[in-house]
Amino acid sequence: MNFWEKLEKLDRRIIYIIITLAVVLPFFFRMGLPIKISPETKAIYDYIQNLSPTDVVFISGDYDPQVDAELTPMFEAIVRHCFERNVKIVVSNVYNPQGVGLVEPRLKKLAQEYKKVYGVDYVFLGWKYGYSLLIMGMGRDFKGTWQTDYYNTSLEDLPLTSKINNYNDIALVISLTGSGAYVAWIYYAYVQFKAKIAAGITAVMAADSYPYLQAGQLIGLLGGLRGAAEYEQLIHHPSLGSAGMEAQSWSHIAIILFIILGNLGYFMSRKKK
Amino acid sequence: MHLSTDPWVWIAFFFTLSIFTFLWKDNFLYKLAENVTVGIGMGFWIVLWWNQTVVGQFWTPLSTDFGSNFHLIIPAIMGLFMITRIIPKYAWMSRYALAFTIGSGAGFGLPRVIQGGVLQQLYATLLPINFTSVGLGYNLIIIIGTLSSLIYFFFSKEHKGAIGGVAKLGIWFLMIGFGATFGYTVMARLSLFIGRVLFILKDVFGMHLF
Repeated sequence: MNFWEKLEKLDRRIIYIIITLAVVLPFFFRMGLPIKISPETKAIYDYIQNLSPTDVVFISGDYDPQVDAELTPMFEAIVRHCFERNVKIVVSNVYNPQGVGLVEPRLKKLAQEYKKVYGVDYVFLGWKYGYSLLIMGMGRDFKGTWQTDYYNTSLEDLPLTSKINNYNDIALVISLTGSGAYVAWIYYAYVQFKAKIAAGITAVMAADSYPYLQAGQLIGLLGGLRGAAEYEQLIHHPSLGSAGMEAQSWSHIAIILFIILGNLGYFMSRKKK
Repeated sequence: MHLSTDPWVWIAFFFTLSIFTFLWKDNFLYKLAENVTVGIGMGFWIVLWWNQTVVGQFWTPLSTDFGSNFHLIIPAIMGLFMITRIIPKYAWMSRYALAFTIGSGAGFGLPRVIQGGVLQQLYATLLPINFTSVGLGYNLIIIIGTLSSLIYFFFSKEHKGAIGGVAKLGIWFLMIGFGATFGYTVMARLSLFIGRVLFILKDVFGMHLF
């Protein structure tokens, strides 16, 4: 077995070890690779940056623990931006109840950090059954649809939500999702009520979501850990997303090298035969 | 470095490593972690559906104000019809509930899907061809890509001659699309791995990473 044949039949476990090293080592030896800001990330940042303290952003944490690594950095970055700009936020988990346990403690922690008052600066609604009916209901009667927040307080009794009647009172809806939830927001909130929608999605789905961005159905898009890292750069608060981007870049380099070597091995051994 | 004192963090650490042992080969630890995940997931959903739907949206409203909420009995009966599928003699009743669900779901969804997923996407490809803005013009690429990809999926005429040439161009656009999707998929899977590495370094070993 010559070199190229050995390369072609490389034990997958060697690949795993090299990828692991490519992911772990950058946390100890930083090269400071730059993170370029994409226009779709900048669009969300600019939109929130131009909101006033009376505006409300509705964030739906439509995700579960499987994609926590990609979407929680986005959630934290967007909440930080809104709190810094004194923009009010209403947080929910319209599409996925598993998001409640992921989103609520982080929202509380950030609210404490920025000294925000519950009910005045932010509200947490949690999850309720029937996402499509919820999204449509919010366009007709926001308070009637949700009725209470996550802690069973009537939305009429909370200063922030008492003023929200429908999507006209919500400046932007952001769906953070590892599923098709953002499409549901487009179909039920944008198409029917012309609500402004932005999406933060896992990288797996990013390529499929660009047509919605191009069609103007989304005002902006955060794609995977890269999107989170870009947003963190924009708000000058590097965190989980930025920390992971160097590891991502090095592991991509390793994978590209493996693809090149694998193809070289294939063509060289075919040439010999 | 400060090791975590939270037992839940160590349990998560144990299950993270257990799952990763599959990369070496299938083993008891992986199977344990897999079954615990499935079991907890199932339990979570059962409790959630019971509390939120049966208790929250049916029992509580009915028991507190029957007069205003008696109409909830209709969907409850529909729900019971669904369960009749487990009794072959009465399974036909479930068709009524299914018919209602499919009919209302299609009724709610279809107009919006056609509007948002077809018409608005179609409008987005009706673009002015602009050579001046960026290089050859993104709009031209979008128009050619959409048309050639659609022609590739047009099977009423044999892919020969001009049609064949355009269809071949469509394959190239599709391949580029698949390549982009695959690239993003690699990125996504690595992001999840990076998330676990971050958890181990930051939460378990208490390292300061940023």
